[in-house]
Amino acid sequence: MGRKILLEKINVEGINTYDVYRKEGGYEAVEKALKKMTPDEVVEEVKKSGLRGRGGAGFPAGMKWSFIAKPEGVPRYLLCNADESEPGTFKDRYLMEKNPHLLIEGMILSSYALGCNTSYIYIRGEFMWILRILEKAIAEAYSNGWLGKNIKGSGFNLDLYVTPGAGAYICGEETALIESLEGKRGNPRMKPPFPAVKGLWQCPSVVNNVETLASVVSIINNGGDEYAKIGIGRSTGTKLISACGNITKPGVYEIELGLSVEEFLYSDEYCGGIKGGKRLKACVPGGSSVPILPHYLVTKTAAGEQRLMSYESLADGGFATGSMLGSGGFIVFDEDQCIVRNTWNFTRFYHHESCGQCSPCREGTGWMEKVLHRIENGHGHMHDIDLLWDVQRKIEGNTICPLGDAAAWPVAAAIRHFREEFEWHINEPIKCLEKNYGLVKEPELAV
Amino acid sequence: MPKVTIDGHTIEVAEGTTILNAARQIGGDLVPPAMCYYSKLDISGGKCRTCLVEVTKGSEKDPRPMPKLVASCSTPVMDGMEVGNKTSAKVMDARKGVVEFLLINHPLDCPICDQAGECDLQNLAFEHGASGSRYEEEKRTFEKIDIGPNIQLHMTRCILCYRCVNTVDQITDDRVHGVLNRGDHSEIGTYIQNSIENEFSGNVIDVCPVGALTDKTFRFKSRVWFLNPMNAHCKCDKCSGEAVVWMFGDEIYRVTGRKDQYGEVKDFICNTCRFDSKDLGKWTIEGPRHIERDSVIGQGHYELKPADNVKEIG
Repeated sequence: MGRKILLEKINVEGINTYDVYRKEGGYEAVEKALKKMTPDEVVEEVKKSGLRGRGGAGFPAGMKWSFIAKPEGVPRYLLCNADESEPGTFKDRYLMEKNPHLLIEGMILSSYALGCNTSYIYIRGEFMWILRILEKAIAEAYSNGWLGKNIKGSGFNLDLYVTPGAGAYICGEETALIESLEGKRGNPRMKPPFPAVKGLWQCPSVVNNVETLASVVSIINNGGDEYAKIGIGRSTGTKLISACGNITKPGVYEIELGLSVEEFLYSDEYCGGIKGGKRLKACVPGGSSVPILPHYLVTKTAAGEQRLMSYESLADGGFATGSMLGSGGFIVFDEDQCIVRNTWNFTRFYHHESCGQCSPCREGTGWMEKVLHRIENGHGHMHDIDLLWDVQRKIEGNTICPLGDAAAWPVAAAIRHFREEFEWHINEPIKCLEKNYGLVKEPELAV
Repeated sequence: MPKVTIDGHTIEVAEGTTILNAARQIGGDLVPPAMCYYSKLDISGGKCRTCLVEVTKGSEKDPRPMPKLVASCSTPVMDGMEVGNKTSAKVMDARKGVVEFLLINHPLDCPICDQAGECDLQNLAFEHGASGSRYEEEKRTFEKIDIGPNIQLHMTRCILCYRCVNTVDQITDDRVHGVLNRGDHSEIGTYIQNSIENEFSGNVIDVCPVGALTDKTFRFKSRVWFLNPMNAHCKCDKCSGEAVVWMFGDEIYRVTGRKDQYGEVKDFICNTCRFDSKDLGKWTIEGPRHIERDSVIGQGHYELKPADNVKEIG
């Protein structure tokens, strides 16, 4: 049984209300920090814990905090990125829905550490009911004196607001999030300047993921060293993994980083194996943006070592034979799933969500979608595979924000590992249409 | 003062200068092309990605190369920075890709486009593009829209450089001109087809690198290379009055701002000068304007006296 930190109390009846949360030891970390610790000590604890950003990039949170500029007389802002919209990722939603006070407590601690007096939770527009849950929890926190002026007599003021987005995936990118929060069109900004120098309203800002901020609570309660003992190597602590696809038990699981992929995938405690006793075909271990892994690289690395659920082990072998932990959206494909169709679906998503600011992503994502649609529907040519490869190569790294990379990587990995399947689609269009559409054959797609 | 080396040429520039502007100070063909950056605007650049360059040495202090290609229009130089533009195979490859991306949804209707002959995209495609297209699908199309009585927007040709958006943001107090929708369906426009009520709105035509925004008083009147661009000035209380009049015989076909070799106007001119001053009597002609870039306009030999002209063609 792995250790639970974020989901420890998730099943306690009424944990979403202030009274139960407080009785279960809630807000003790804030009490401790405000009474006994200076902001720098809080930052130091987080640095010691080795906590890495849980949004996808895995940048050390303590280090990110220490980059924030601190000019005199300029306010600083903490922004919580709750714009979770990556296909396959649904961990933040679960956490906020079940235990909103944990996030609020984490935000109070982090705001104290950074010296922010105003903080925002930027929540995905589709999560309207969670916004209400959070607003209710914030109101409870205000009325019990955990937010507002002079919190518990410490002299520290904090106002916390929740703002919904308007349903754009791109607003999960930190600078687009800031633009959107300012009421503008959610276009990512050019970097530098980074948000730590010029963020919201041109003031120093830090953007952190929901899970990162929630993890700060246990780091303060138990100490950074204690937190750093969990996990493996530079991947410390626990991570929420949202498992979905063809598995027996889809859902949100908290794992200690360093758990083997094999155990996570096949043990009854977690995913419970492939549904219906089928064979594993492929797995996307970190949300739709990361490269897909074929079955022989899921549980073992190319070097034959056991693959672990950690930032380093999943990335072992680079993009040639590895992937990324990303945001923890664990998508499993069984033997009956079509990789070309899945890649097309991902690309369709990125085409729809590209902001249209820089040309490679704006034009390239649409182009890739059209080519994949053609291959999937039996109108592809052999040279289309090389074309796809070339297009993704010219998007990757040439865009303003990482959405271009996120659109390019799944296509690259699918071609790298499943080229034969692409070729099969092109050589045997009728067979593959029959297999993919079965009973729901669409008339205009029939060849 | 930081020293920067671009394609082997070293120059000392002021603190905070971008790589692109440093390259422009050196001049010549090592200047990266720019489709969205416009030095006369407060905010512009970073979007088209044609000006990507490779930084092979970050600075004297931190000599590590930058991991990705960077947009030269928005990356400030550091002391000791070494930049590869024309000499970098990676850059040329990426630029070729960007040109291809820009062209897949561009109608390539140059034969009927008013911008042909002075089009930045045409020049870019000539220099960096491929001879054929690998794009087989249908291109996106839009209906033509009138933005006010004198400007027409043909979104189909637009490459979404945001120059006109930034221009209008700069000349007006409200946000009247912007981008609607997202991705490759983005559309430049005034919300619900309003006109831009501003004395300087005509400048969006000059800043547009392609033929998406055109002058309705000039549309389909003539190809630009049949006209003789003349520097001229007039007394105007709204703008500097310094413009270029494009003439055929004694007739003024159109009036534009004075563009430099990078296609950027020196001064914004007002709508009265641009649209309503086609009368030769209003202008004082200074002489033929030199079009600096290689352009079909220069092929007209308008700068020579008629007698020389005969000899030259001779």
